Amino acid sequence: MSANHDRSNLLEVRGLTKIFGTLTACDHIDLNIAKGEIHALLGENGAGKSTLVKMLFGSLEPNSGEIFWDGKAVKITSPGVAKKLGIGMVFQHFSLFEALTAAENIALSLNDGSPISTIAAKARALSFSYGLPLDPDSLVGDLSVGERQRIEIIRCLLQTPQLIILDEPTSVLTPQEADKLFETLERLRSEGKSILYISHRLEEVKRICDRATVLRHGKVVGHCNPREETAASLARMMVGSEVKAVERAPAEGIETAPALLEIRGLTRKPATPFAIPLKNINLTVRAGEVIGIAGVAGNGQGEFFESVSGEVLQQDAGSVRIRGKDAGALSITGRRLMGAAFVPEERLGHGAAPRMKLSENLLLSRHATDGKAFVGSGGMVKNSAVYSAAQRIITAMDVRKSAPDPEAAALSGGNLQKFIVGRELDRKPSVMIVNQPTWGVDAGAAARIRQALIELARSGSAVLVISQDLDELFELSDAIAVMHNGELSAPLPIAEATFEKIGLLMGGAEPGHAEHSLEIA
Amino acid sequence: MMRIELVKRPQRSALFSVLSPFIAFALTMIAGAVMFALLGVNPLDAFNIYFIQPVSEVWQLHELAIKAAPLILIAVGLSVCYKANIWNIGAEGQFIFGAIFGSIIPVLFPQFEGPLVIPLMLLLGMVGGAFYASIPAFLKTRFSTNEILTSLMLVYVAQLFLDWLVRGPWRDPQGHGFPQTIQFSDSAVLPELMPDAGRANWGFVFALVAAVAIWLMMSRMLKGFEVRVLGSSPRAGRFAGFGLNRMVFFTFLLSGALAGLAGISEVSGAIGQLQPVISPGYGFTAIIVAFLGRLNPLGIVAAGLVLALTYLGGEAVQSALGISDKVARVFQGMLLFFVLGCDTLIHYRIRLIGMALMKPNAAKLDAAPKLEEAR
Repeated sequence: MSANHDRSNLLEVRGLTKIFGTLTACDHIDLNIAKGEIHALLGENGAGKSTLVKMLFGSLEPNSGEIFWDGKAVKITSPGVAKKLGIGMVFQHFSLFEALTAAENIALSLNDGSPISTIAAKARALSFSYGLPLDPDSLVGDLSVGERQRIEIIRCLLQTPQLIILDEPTSVLTPQEADKLFETLERLRSEGKSILYISHRLEEVKRICDRATVLRHGKVVGHCNPREETAASLARMMVGSEVKAVERAPAEGIETAPALLEIRGLTRKPATPFAIPLKNINLTVRAGEVIGIAGVAGNGQGEFFESVSGEVLQQDAGSVRIRGKDAGALSITGRRLMGAAFVPEERLGHGAAPRMKLSENLLLSRHATDGKAFVGSGGMVKNSAVYSAAQRIITAMDVRKSAPDPEAAALSGGNLQKFIVGRELDRKPSVMIVNQPTWGVDAGAAARIRQALIELARSGSAVLVISQDLDELFELSDAIAVMHNGELSAPLPIAEATFEKIGLLMGGAEPGHAEHSLEIA
Repeated sequence: MMRIELVKRPQRSALFSVLSPFIAFALTMIAGAVMFALLGVNPLDAFNIYFIQPVSEVWQLHELAIKAAPLILIAVGLSVCYKANIWNIGAEGQFIFGAIFGSIIPVLFPQFEGPLVIPLMLLLGMVGGAFYASIPAFLKTRFSTNEILTSLMLVYVAQLFLDWLVRGPWRDPQGHGFPQTIQFSDSAVLPELMPDAGRANWGFVFALVAAVAIWLMMSRMLKGFEVRVLGSSPRAGRFAGFGLNRMVFFTFLLSGALAGLAGISEVSGAIGQLQPVISPGYGFTAIIVAFLGRLNPLGIVAAGLVLALTYLGGEAVQSALGISDKVARVFQGMLLFFVLGCDTLIHYRIRLIGMALMKPNAAKLDAAPKLEEAR
């Protein structure tokens, strides 16, 4: 392996510690990154990966500990210092201006006064030499997520870093795009550059990484060679215990079950210049089944969710039908009253009001459906009824919290998600639509949420899950449809679906013609 | 060369959130003492005349109630707007329109007398204020105009409209050309609470009832929950099925109606006729009252009494020390300044940065996260 030719460490971290109030996010972290290696940083959400990386990139200041760069002790006090040393970072959430071109975005971050045309030429040359073709003059708003990530990578490479930090880079890519990225990373490694690769996807870590450091609860729990481990043994290191596998009993008699959610020719014009229009979407979800919608982020899933939930109304009342009745002209409250329940992608600020208590957040989505139980005469809220219902959900979903009724923002992502999903499950909805059910949720909580969704379906409800996580969809769904550029493919029954087929559809192969495009590929 | 930056604090102190209005009040006192000293007056004497003497006798407490009533009425309405993140700055105009609508009966139908007159006037006053507030609400929901600008500009329209009315069509023909309407008949005058003790009228009772009712709504009712959700996270509010446009109308109509009620109560109770100027800036001072009371209706009652005192004190120093009664405006301005300053420093700390030390890249990355803090 190329990692062997030079074992001297490019970056050495000794006892790095970061404390937030009472929480020790990083507890005496030791980490070595050799020159010319791809080093994986593994850990569940909340394990301290982001905090560690922020300290390495200078956006957080450590409470104690030392960082050595090329053998010399350094203090990384700001991202500017990190860049000067030769540390580059590609963030999970892109920081690009949609209304500017790729070259203009790059020029903004370089900030060295060179003319845009020079930067564009450099970016073009670099992008082709690394096999990441990029048109520097294209508007970011017109680019796919994968292409946007290329801009971030090229922008990072233009600063000729020695160490490149990649934060969950494949979470927004199709399997095929991810393969492309891995080629680039291997090329960078062969040039002697080091890469710190953050991920929770164990298969890809096994595939491309030379060494791995595993974090749990802010502590290093092990260093290993991922190639010698199995996905299961890595998962055990990350989680600290066995994760219960999700059980999915085969769905029976689905074909004859009543259609509880029907979407007929749903079309929506883009609401903003950079929104995705929805084009003639058709989908039926029957009682007892879980349908998954795969797709790279930003292909219309958000717009689709808003249309189905009723946050945005349809022109054609028949384009969304719930339990056999037209619902397209009804508000989200009207659709809830028909038996539908919704879990949006974003927890804080959409699914929950951050500064409000859990009991108030229960009222948020159920003030109308449980109007009799929660709201008395004259519009007075029955606080004790709401409080005890919230406690019931907290117990049922095993929500861990620090106070009896804390603010939503005080919960970890996973626990808040358990509450938000539990809030809807508690109603026993006959139609449940969930966008990214376990995004950023730790493995134990994710398994619990997935199991609950399957059980809801098997008890006779229709469940629709939108997710970017293919593993999750394969675990949950009875059939998977793919959303690409505002269009939805026909659902593939799970027995026929493979990562390759779904991946091709995610990349834009003709919807409903997966077989055909496979032949071309 | 130094640059000043506000950096968000990770936690806000609960203690200082409570203390903030008191600290602001203390700072106002210190700045006020400096101001009096610069004017050549012993600050202790001035404070005695400004803050103590105006409330040392019972009849003076009645005067305080008269001044506090409109401030509290308007401010509790505004607090609902501001909690919903909707910025009605035009309560002064809604106050004037409430006064004009309510005066229709005593000015145009002076023969109509009896116990029904006052309730009808109050009702019309609320309708007038709500009507005038519905204009910026309509513009905001229909054309996405900025309600701060439209509601503020409509204040001047209302002031000039009133001025034209009392100089033109509504002028008292027997008034020797003075720009004012006829004196309201007895049945059109808001009764005093305790005529033997002082002049305070039912307006103060309306203010207290409104404060308690709005407090109940905000803390106990689904409607108040709706206001708080839409104000703090509009997207979560939409997910809850609460309509933002409906909320814009609700808050504007409610605050407009309360401002209108304050307007007609002031004209019918304290003044007794329409004049070119009927308010010493109650609609604007109420904004200070709302924030000093921390947007809590019960806090607003206390804050309203404090701000009412600045009006009385201003009159007192003018007559006793010969200082302009504009000093009241200065006190109010300082108080708002310090309240907002203290509130800002609860959420942010100040950081000084030497320009020479800054790397351009570092500065840019630091500045980016602040965009999300706009509220």
